[in-house]
Amino acid sequence: MYSQTQDAVTEAAPNLPDQVFQARIDSGVKIEPKDHMAEGYRKTLIRQISQHAHSEIVGQLPEGNWIGRAPTLRRKAILLAKVQDEAGHGLYLYSAAETLGASREQMIADLHSGKAKYSSIFNYPTLTWADIGAIGWLVDGAAIINQIALCRCSYGPYSRAMIRICKEESFHQRQGYEIMLALSRGTAEQKAMAQDALKRWWWPCLMMFGPPDTESTHSEQSTRWKIKIVSNDGLRQKFIDQTVPQADYLGLKIPDQLLKWDAEREHYNYGPIDWEEFKNVVQGNGPCNRERLHDRVEADKQGAWVREAAMAYARKHRKAA
Amino acid sequence: MNDWPLWEVFVRGQHGLAHQHAGSLHAPDAETAINNARDVYTRRNEGVSIWVVKSSDIAASSPGDKGPMFEPANTKPYRHPTFYDVPDEVKHL
Repeated sequence: MYSQTQDAVTEAAPNLPDQVFQARIDSGVKIEPKDHMAEGYRKTLIRQISQHAHSEIVGQLPEGNWIGRAPTLRRKAILLAKVQDEAGHGLYLYSAAETLGASREQMIADLHSGKAKYSSIFNYPTLTWADIGAIGWLVDGAAIINQIALCRCSYGPYSRAMIRICKEESFHQRQGYEIMLALSRGTAEQKAMAQDALKRWWWPCLMMFGPPDTESTHSEQSTRWKIKIVSNDGLRQKFIDQTVPQADYLGLKIPDQLLKWDAEREHYNYGPIDWEEFKNVVQGNGPCNRERLHDRVEADKQGAWVREAAMAYARKHRKAA
Repeated sequence: MNDWPLWEVFVRGQHGLAHQHAGSLHAPDAETAINNARDVYTRRNEGVSIWVVKSSDIAASSPGDKGPMFEPANTKPYRHPTFYDVPDEVKHL
């Protein structure tokens, strides 16, 4: 009945529902799944949320690499909990995308075929234990900055998922910083390991916020729809400003010669980002793109019989009942 | 995933509180849905009880009917205690 009502309205005045929709967003009303929404809003959100979900799922892989080699039982338990959280965060986000009419199967198929993207940061390798520290401190730190902004986004289910994720993710960043602190207060070798990790992760982390505002394509419309709250460069600056003193405390050096406090702007100035590298990684040519996708597809294949068996079991018991 | 149905998950946070909607997940049957909901929605002691309901079994009011459904209450402020003027010096009202 609802859809018929919608059709009638659309035929009579083609632009009216979308204008009403924009007015609701402007007045700060959250959009819920069954509400009318502009078709572009729905499409953009499905792309954004599913990409976000894929990032959580693929993000388990670089860290999973170190679960079996964590230096103590405490660190191992923490890392397991963190990776389990990432799986949970992926599921919250897939659910949010499904409320927009996307099917879980299709989203996963798009990830596996390479059609859908995930955050380029997960295409870098975790070479040493210090990388686990750097990921928690920097990668999760950057993700939190982006996600805190998105808690205020206009789509109810996405906003609620972001709030829950932010609450849970704070420990991810803190455990990472604790690892970096232990290493930077340790032997000369350990400190060098921490420094090396910071050197390799710094620039890719700055790229996580996406291209500069001058080149960011869909920004304007997304801002109007309130599914982008702060600009890429704004988020990036916030991350830099909060992270530099944290690195200073560790006694580690950020690999940017031009990094300097600007008293007038009250922000740090920073050197140019290598956007060629970013484009290259997004296009599939980063150090680990093929490995990540291969591992993901393989995990899905190896779990297929479990999913089929669970379904067969459920069917059998439904018949018996 | 195949044809695993979608379930809505409701969690009771503490004894004495009502179950609240926490989110949704796919599972082949109710038992697995509850087990998965334990892992997805209560990793930090968020619950003492879980309900799962097949999403397809939930009937919902339509956003288009929001006006006729809920607006009549707007014109009935006398249903609220603050509607009434009573003297300050009279206690326990």
